Amino acid sequence: MLALQGVSKSYPEYRLPVLDPIDLEIESGQFVSLIGPSGCGKSTLCNLIAGLEQPDGGTIMLNGRPIQGSAGNVGYMPQKDLLLPWRTLLDNLILGSEVRRQDKKNARSEALVWLKRLGLDGFSSHYPQQLSGGMRQRAALIRTILFGQDTLLLDEPFGALDALTRRQMQEWLLALWQETRHTVLFITHDIEEAMLLSDRIIVLSQRPGKIVKDVSVPFPRPRHPDILLRKEAIKLKKELLELLSAEVKDELYDSSVLEKQVL
Amino acid sequence: MDKYRSQGLSLSGIRRNFPAFILLILVLLLWEIVVKGLKVPLWLLPAPSQVGKALWQTRHLLLQHTFTTVLETTAGFGLAVAAGILTGLLMGIFPSVKRLFYPFLIISQTIPLIAVAPLLILWLGYGLLPKIITVILVCYFPVTISLLEGLEASDPDYTRLLRSMGASRWQILRLVRWPHALPSLFAGLKIAATYSVMGAVIGEWLGASSGLGVYLTNSSHSFLTDRVFAAIFTITVLSFVYFLVISLLGRLALPWLKIEK
Repeated sequence: MLALQGVSKSYPEYRLPVLDPIDLEIESGQFVSLIGPSGCGKSTLCNLIAGLEQPDGGTIMLNGRPIQGSAGNVGYMPQKDLLLPWRTLLDNLILGSEVRRQDKKNARSEALVWLKRLGLDGFSSHYPQQLSGGMRQRAALIRTILFGQDTLLLDEPFGALDALTRRQMQEWLLALWQETRHTVLFITHDIEEAMLLSDRIIVLSQRPGKIVKDVSVPFPRPRHPDILLRKEAIKLKKELLELLSAEVKDELYDSSVLEKQVL
Repeated sequence: MDKYRSQGLSLSGIRRNFPAFILLILVLLLWEIVVKGLKVPLWLLPAPSQVGKALWQTRHLLLQHTFTTVLETTAGFGLAVAAGILTGLLMGIFPSVKRLFYPFLIISQTIPLIAVAPLLILWLGYGLLPKIITVILVCYFPVTISLLEGLEASDPDYTRLLRSMGASRWQILRLVRWPHALPSLFAGLKIAATYSVMGAVIGEWLGASSGLGVYLTNSSHSFLTDRVFAAIFTITVLSFVYFLVISLLGRLALPWLKIEK
């Protein structure tokens, strides 16, 4: 279980704190999406859980162990695939095992099993530049899974893909997760993506970021994208959209107030 | 799905360079015709055919001198590369080391080699050592700077990814920064390789018993202009060979760069 208690963060260059104290619990094996307007501190939250930054206050517990400020406890996947251009596909997949000083041979054979499963084994000695955007993103996710932690932190992983590839990737991830049952915190600004993939959706407010809504997604699994056409799905989407646009409006209001103060 | 496309010494490479080759032939022909037609004296400007003759006639002598120059160049280049990589890495890893030495590195490069070389002869005599040092002086700077720039230009997102995996500074250096710096390093090595022969020749000019610089000065003092051109030709070919060797090594070391997106 991933549990955040009173996690806050501010930067000296911003007037407002980026994260108000945040409490959040994610059960093991749960798929949770985090949505919010841009600049709401989604990425900061990600950095804190990944251990790339230290929170100002609060604790981050993973399976009962505090992990704030320490890296390597979760599999972290950013928006860019960040496959190393000088490594072949196979060698990119074993990067995590190399960092953790594990046996390369084992890691390679494990990675090959994954590539076979995805029908990518013909590309194992290709360089990333030779692969399509969707292939690279899939490779990046396998690299994240092969890092070996049961909690995944996916920071807008499909944000840079075109709509069609994106939908393919969502379906692929859906099927994959059905088998592996990782604990996932999925960051996105795409409401439909969040609804299709997650058990729970958490809406974050404008800066200072705090949780304004925490909803369960009621659809049964395994899921098909057609569920997005159901009546209750459209209702949920509308609700979330209104919440988000209210946040964006607040932001516009805030900035006009700020301008008046400056004048 | 074959996206490989080889470049350079392939058939398509020859075809691409064909116009330049034709131009070279034409220029040489024109040179030959003008010199012969106007009866330009040999000591003023030899025709290409006369340069070729000088090359052939003095081939044993040239080979001897070339051997000395190759020895100096290779030793100096090798030492410069070793020193450049070592100090470039140190400055790349420890910013404090860079702050301390970087200004001197730049200043050292503005001191003209021609002014320093006589001092080296004065202090170290007429042997190989002062020439090796002039080669090092010429080659060290491009190697060091290109490595340093390559190390510093690495994408911070890769570093973040590695840090999220719990990688140490050394692992980030080995897995990301160093391989990322290699293309830049090889660009510097190519520049250093083309300059290296010149460094040795300048060293030889100022006092030596053997080497292409000696052959060059002796020939020019005796108004054997055809031999001067023969020396220039040899130096050019030699520099080009060093360049080719480095390019080839670069291609072997960086197979991923050849692949087009």
